[in-house]
Amino acid sequence: MFYTVTLSLLEGFLTTVKLFALTLVFALPLGLIISFGSMNRLPVVRLPIRFLIWIVRGTPLLLQLLIIYYGPGIILKMNVWGSGDEGRFLAALVAFVVNYACYFSEIYRGGIQSIPVGQYEAGQVLGMTRTQIFRRIILLQVIKRIVPPMSNEIITLVKDTSLARVIAVYEIIWSGQAFIKSAGIIWPLFYTGVFYLVFSGLLTVLFHTIEKKLGFFR
Amino acid sequence: MALLEVQGIKKNFGHIEVLSDISFSMDAGQAVSIIGSSGSGKTTLLRCLNFLEKPDGGTITVHGEKLFDASDSTRVSEADIRRKRLHFGLVFQSFNLFPQYTALENVMLAPQLAAKERGTYRQEEAQIRTQAKELLGQMGLSDRTENYPHQLSGGQCQRVAIARALAMKPDILCFDEPTSALDPELTGEVLRVIRGLADQHTTMIIVTHEMAFAREVADYVIFMDGGHILEQGTPREVIDNPTKERTKQFLAGYSRDGA
Repeated sequence: MFYTVTLSLLEGFLTTVKLFALTLVFALPLGLIISFGSMNRLPVVRLPIRFLIWIVRGTPLLLQLLIIYYGPGIILKMNVWGSGDEGRFLAALVAFVVNYACYFSEIYRGGIQSIPVGQYEAGQVLGMTRTQIFRRIILLQVIKRIVPPMSNEIITLVKDTSLARVIAVYEIIWSGQAFIKSAGIIWPLFYTGVFYLVFSGLLTVLFHTIEKKLGFFR
Repeated sequence: MALLEVQGIKKNFGHIEVLSDISFSMDAGQAVSIIGSSGSGKTTLLRCLNFLEKPDGGTITVHGEKLFDASDSTRVSEADIRRKRLHFGLVFQSFNLFPQYTALENVMLAPQLAAKERGTYRQEEAQIRTQAKELLGQMGLSDRTENYPHQLSGGQCQRVAIARALAMKPDILCFDEPTSALDPELTGEVLRVIRGLADQHTTMIIVTHEMAFAREVADYVIFMDGGHILEQGTPREVIDNPTKERTKQFLAGYSRDGA
């Protein structure tokens, strides 16, 4: 029985990891673009972006999943997500990417704005271009400063993926819960916690290593 | 012909006039000291010379080339500003070293990037390194080249910053209160280095509160107050025999400290 449960949970876990990884792949760069937008000098760029961030951070991710999945069908009277498992996974992915990109953008913004003006000015008086200053001076300092809040947010994402089951994405909690109906046992659901723990444990080690690597300067 | 000619520089921040009608000139090899109380516009003047602030009026001329003319409204490209500001070097009060680079890398970075842009990095690479090591040696930091800024004392950081500014071979090296962030012991080592540069006739503008140092090193002293130049002349004229009441009052504050 234990073997069967483990196999079944692993299958769900694969979806969890896929959702997690793809969210990062898209949300990390999208967040940077959003952060530049939220710092733009022009209000026509900055204000709509700030508005989006407010909406996304101000409402539950659970609700966003439902709206993104069901919304287009109700409003546009058409199914934009396609049918079946893949359609629901795609809708969940979009919701996660938008949500996490907004959170990441605020972390990027905090990191970029925490770099003293003197760093830019020192580069300027040495005749560097804006691009050179950002790439050679600012970027690594920003990365160093955002690693701790980023790791926090990314570990939260591991567990947030479980929300996708609200639109019937078969992630690991779904797999565990299925045993309650089919076999009348609840321990597989509890057992899913081990998977989360191992995964977030690995991430913790990874981020710790990165922090150590960047510890050569202050 | 004077190396640097500053004519009628004006700068406002909102309604506040920070600089009004600043004019002075200096020759190559001179050291000019700008003194005056905090808020008198000294730092803003240096920032204008280094194109960190855009003056609202006046002209800045170096080697007879008009680098800045407020009455000329044509837009200046970023590349143009970069070329122009390289006539000047700036040493900041707070050093502003790049924390992720060693002392040597801090000094080499800008010359390397410039050489890469010219497409001559390969030919110049070794020479840039040698020059950077020489400069750090000149600053008494030969044994500190591989240290990161956080491993250095404030005085050592400021000396790296001076080497970094010199590496771009500016015509005029500007110091913005280079010792104000340092304790007296570390102040001494930085002032020694600047004195050494003066002995080699490096063209310098030094904003400082170290009155004894200004008197000793400067060929020319400018006293600023409330955005104006109140007095200018030799140290003997301005520091030892000030004519204006405000200058006397300002300097009295220093003699009381025994400076």
